[in-house]
Amino acid sequence: MATGSQPPEAHPLAPASYRVRARRRETRDTVTLELRAPGGAAAPSWRPGQFNMLGLPGVGEVPISISGGSQDGRLLQHTIRAVGPVTSALAGLRPGGRVGLRGPFGSAWPLEQAAGRDLLVLAGGLGLVPLRPVLRAVAARRRLYGRVSLLYGARAPQDILFRGELAAWRRAGVAVEVAVDRAQPSWRGRVGVVTDLLAGVAPEPGRTDAWICGPEIMMRFSVRELQRLGLDRGGMRLHLSLERNMKCAIGQCGHCQLGPFFICKDGPVFPYDRIAPWLAVEEL
Amino acid sequence: MKKDLETMLAGHPFCKDFKREQLRQLAGCAANARYETGRFLLRQGGGATRFFLIRRGLVRVELFMPGRGPVLIQTLGPGEALGWSWLVEPYRWAFSARAAEPTLALAFDGACLRRKLDRDSELGYRILKRFIAVLAARLDATRLQLMDIYGDRVPAA
Ligand SMILES: Cc1cc2nc3c(=O)[nH]c(=O)nc-3n(C[C@H](O)[C@H](O)[C@H](O)COP(=O)(O)OP(=O)(O)OC[C@H]3O[C@@H](n4cnc5c(N)ncnc54)[C@H](O)[C@@H]3O)c2cc1C
Repeated sequence: MATGSQPPEAHPLAPASYRVRARRRETRDTVTLELRAPGGAAAPSWRPGQFNMLGLPGVGEVPISISGGSQDGRLLQHTIRAVGPVTSALAGLRPGGRVGLRGPFGSAWPLEQAAGRDLLVLAGGLGLVPLRPVLRAVAARRRLYGRVSLLYGARAPQDILFRGELAAWRRAGVAVEVAVDRAQPSWRGRVGVVTDLLAGVAPEPGRTDAWICGPEIMMRFSVRELQRLGLDRGGMRLHLSLERNMKCAIGQCGHCQLGPFFICKDGPVFPYDRIAPWLAVEEL
Repeated sequence: MKKDLETMLAGHPFCKDFKREQLRQLAGCAANARYETGRFLLRQGGGATRFFLIRRGLVRVELFMPGRGPVLIQTLGPGEALGWSWLVEPYRWAFSARAAEPTLALAFDGACLRRKLDRDSELGYRILKRFIAVLAARLDATRLQLMDIYGDRVPAA
């Protein structure tokens, strides 16, 4: 994975034409596309938590988190769930197909700040996507961190993303726990919500960085549960990734405004303290 | 032996911040229990004489539906509490629970505990408060599961 946060070289509103090199089906409605930069050049460097705008001419353009990349920085991975016209068209692309890409945009997870501390990652559904590069980075340099846990909630066993990697992270010393909302009796894992899994972790507020990404309601419940465990007393450092819809991605159109912030520019990753007053408000 | 139980209780999140004397009282109604995979901790319809604090392993809470067999409702793991029917009349289990893997738990004698809670209202209040927290969390969790927050209509994070 490339590091650093230089802005993309091209004008931020002008997409570059990337080619689909591989396509992998993750679940019924979700695929991972591996994209290659034009002319085999290196893609702009990016940090875990950032996103790109992916577009198709005549269809539209949407923000999609960066879910991974190759060591040499030539390939970018995006994991896309088909929910509407643009994401369905993107998810339907085949190797050789082309996609317009602008980015990377937005803030990143504060990986450097977490070194030497415990890291508690809570992911819900597709919220695992922007956290996947975090877990890859942490698994590769596991010794830099204290206890590392991933608590991941999914709808049903067949919706669990990156199964192979979950196992690899476990082998690398990450405590990976998965809970699904519903399951057939043949399922041998956990049934319940992601916050149930906190009982087995017992995070120590004073030395924990907690990062959450998932549907907003899942994040609210998670924050509440972390508060119950002493988050506000012990100095636990909490970050959330807010993925409300956006258009321009550079803080111009106001589509993704949250209180005084633009999610595309100031986020999507925010320290909880900064956005707490706006999070609790309904229908922002 | 009793000392060990007290230590185990003190280390379980359910008993966080309990006083020494309260832990001693609780330990007086507790026993260590071990369940192999597939063994029942409690059975739907049976008398609710106990409750459990899970220390290790995984427990499946199931509801038996005639014609459909057991439906998996939820699972409980280390740090969680199982069973509140011992507190609520008519003291009968509404669900079954069995070990999904080898499971260690502290099992409490409900009648013994009820007697102590009736006598010692401070202890009673603490325990009830903890159970309310467990029930509230369970209710929140159930609502979230019903909302299907990761479902088709809520696409991305
Ligand atoms: C920073 C950021 C990162 C994202 N990362 C990813 C990712 O890695 N993979 C991925 O598949 N998707 C991701 N998304 C969501 C993705 O951008 C939307 O699903 C997409 O814009 C939907 O476009 P569409 O034309 O396919 O469907 P639309 O017709 O625009 O939307 C379909 C339905 O989804 C709802 N919807 C659209 N966007 C969102 C959203 N962000 N949150 C909640 N509901 C929404 C709409 O209200 C509508 O009901 C991300 C969004 C943001 C803001």
